Amino acid sequence: MDRPTSAVDPTAGNRNDKSRAERRLGWWLAGPAFVVMLLVTAYPIVQAVFDSLFDYRLTDPENSSFVGLGNYVVILTDSVWWTSFGVTVFITVVTVAVELVLGFGLALVMLNALRGLRPVLRTVILIPYAVITVVSAFAWQFAFSVDSGFVNSWFSWVPGVSATTDWFGTQGLSLFVICLAEIWKTTPFISLLLLAGLAQVPEVLQEAAKVDGATAWQRLRRVTLPNMKAAIMVAVLFRTLDAFRVFDSVFVMTAGANSTETVSFLAYRQTIERVEIGLGSAVSVLLFLSVVLISALFIKGFKVDLSQARGE
Amino acid sequence: MTVVVAVMAALVSACSSGPSGPPVLTWYINPDDGGQTEIAARCTAASNGRYTIATSTLPRQASEQRQQLVRRLAANDSSIDIMSIDPPYVPEFAQAGFLAPMPPAVEAAAREDRFPSSIEASTWQGRLVAVPFWANTQLLWYRKSAVAGMGLDMSRPVTWDQIIQAAARARTQIAAQGVRGESLTVWVNALVESGGGSIITNVGEEDPALVQLGLNAPPGIEAARILRTFGDAGVAPPGFPTADEDTNAESFQSGSAAFMVNYPFIWGKATSAVEEGTLPQSVPDDYGWTIYPQVTPDRPSAPPLGGINLGVGAFSEHPDLAYEATTCISSPANSSYYFVSNGNPSSRPSVFDDPEVVAEFPMAPVIRDSLALAKPRPQTPYYAEVSGGIQRTFHPPGAVTPGATNEAATALITAVLRKEALL
Repeated sequence: MDRPTSAVDPTAGNRNDKSRAERRLGWWLAGPAFVVMLLVTAYPIVQAVFDSLFDYRLTDPENSSFVGLGNYVVILTDSVWWTSFGVTVFITVVTVAVELVLGFGLALVMLNALRGLRPVLRTVILIPYAVITVVSAFAWQFAFSVDSGFVNSWFSWVPGVSATTDWFGTQGLSLFVICLAEIWKTTPFISLLLLAGLAQVPEVLQEAAKVDGATAWQRLRRVTLPNMKAAIMVAVLFRTLDAFRVFDSVFVMTAGANSTETVSFLAYRQTIERVEIGLGSAVSVLLFLSVVLISALFIKGFKVDLSQARGE
Repeated sequence: MTVVVAVMAALVSACSSGPSGPPVLTWYINPDDGGQTEIAARCTAASNGRYTIATSTLPRQASEQRQQLVRRLAANDSSIDIMSIDPPYVPEFAQAGFLAPMPPAVEAAAREDRFPSSIEASTWQGRLVAVPFWANTQLLWYRKSAVAGMGLDMSRPVTWDQIIQAAARARTQIAAQGVRGESLTVWVNALVESGGGSIITNVGEEDPALVQLGLNAPPGIEAARILRTFGDAGVAPPGFPTADEDTNAESFQSGSAAFMVNYPFIWGKATSAVEEGTLPQSVPDDYGWTIYPQVTPDRPSAPPLGGINLGVGAFSEHPDLAYEATTCISSPANSSYYFVSNGNPSSRPSVFDDPEVVAEFPMAPVIRDSLALAKPRPQTPYYAEVSGGIQRTFHPPGAVTPGATNEAATALITAVLRKEALL
């Protein structure tokens, strides 16, 4: 985008002053939000890290004792943690990969739809995302339930599906339904982010490529995708972080049966059900560290500096 | 500044409003068909203005009710005057000091005309810590038409092996709670207790590291064998690993299962479906009931015990009034009313002689016999851990391995109690 002011007097000193003023304004604008964020997120995180170093049971606070990294040792040497971790990674990879492809397709449809049709289409595509996750999880559970669901009778022509197929009876089938519900629910989110990226790709570039004789596939690969790298990264990163914390669908559909427990479910079970605040906090801290690691890897891997994406 | 002071004054007066009204006791109830709210109104009226009972509804699942109460009480919540507690959690509440000490007069009244199992489930370390309100138990339900040709004498107690074999021969099913949830622990405990064993052998132990488990003893192995036969004999209904009390009530009502172990609520479910016109009268007419199946022919069964006990919050501002209210709530008249209107059986044997109860629940005498035999689930302040460990290792129930599963369960629960493992 053009910045007419910088064209008036592009001296170095002026530019420095200007950028400093801009910085200060930025802090003034973002400052209050930053303070609120610190209060509501940093405080619980610090508290969780502190609690995770103690053997602390909610119903027995007098016998709480400092155990150092003991809780972490218990968790990391327990096969339950690694099973849950594996299940979480599986759900994350499968759902994000499928959602990215589906979401991109939907974004293209929304972008290229007729002008009059666009708002309707956008609303229709967004509906699943507006549904509360717990509600969506119940809906999918009822649909696939062996006694009151309709899936078994509708899809009895599919090999392997019969009236008595128990979708929540084995790990594979349970994870299939959980992933399906997650994909249905959050594909709209990813497609919306991708649509924003698609809209940013300059039409001039597309036309230039067209004039040069590029096919649709070449234009997608060489023009569209490279120009929306930041949008793709944001979409994938957000969804990955979200998917890694999957809880509601598992809680509603299987309650962790058949080895479908995820890492956040494990944290719930230790903290809320066992009321072992120390052990549960340690699981939460490990979950938090996983999420931090994912973000760092993504930002490094995509080589996109979001703070520089100011449209200059 | 004056504005702030004025606002503060208004707030303070708003908070301390109601100088003339009687103290309000808040009763945290589990969701029901409105019976507890009605009893609260009746007891408010009966108190002659000494107190008013307001109800506040807890989540649907017993485990979630406990989670909410524990977290509130851990924060010294003084708004909890009376609470409806699922019996297995009573020791945890008592050990944590969440229950106000019971006045002797209330204790004397609470011990009167009660099933021993209800008293046992309200006791921790020899002291009565909660007031038995209502008591639930599971019966063996059967479809008379389906069982007629099986050659079983249902007028006498039957064993699990007998009904499994009969159902397998007739190619029908037995609906039992195979879902990974509290109902699985209920089933495992009933099997172990019916075989003469106990999941915890030193009840009353408050140090989690010293709790001793009896799952590896012969009754525990026998319990695992029966669960396994369930899967091997092909009598488990479709969706057995996810079947809970409600889904089983459905499959029994639809006729796909000839037998079912379940609570008496299924009778009310069927009769109200008839009233609504969605079920023919012939279906409940075909329902038969008898005492919970035995593990061995020579030993009476130990049916599951459920229900609700009333606890008084340790941080309540009116513990004496709250205890007075529990006596009213669990009175014979209110127990009868609750049984007839909500289908929840009483912890008082005398209520089962009430003609109104017998008219509404023809199986009331069997429920009374069942409650007389019933055994509570293992009493320990660490019940959530014990139950969670059983659910993890004994699920899916049709696929357990007698011996190996018992050892796995013992190892897991022991490690969890020592805080050396995740659950």
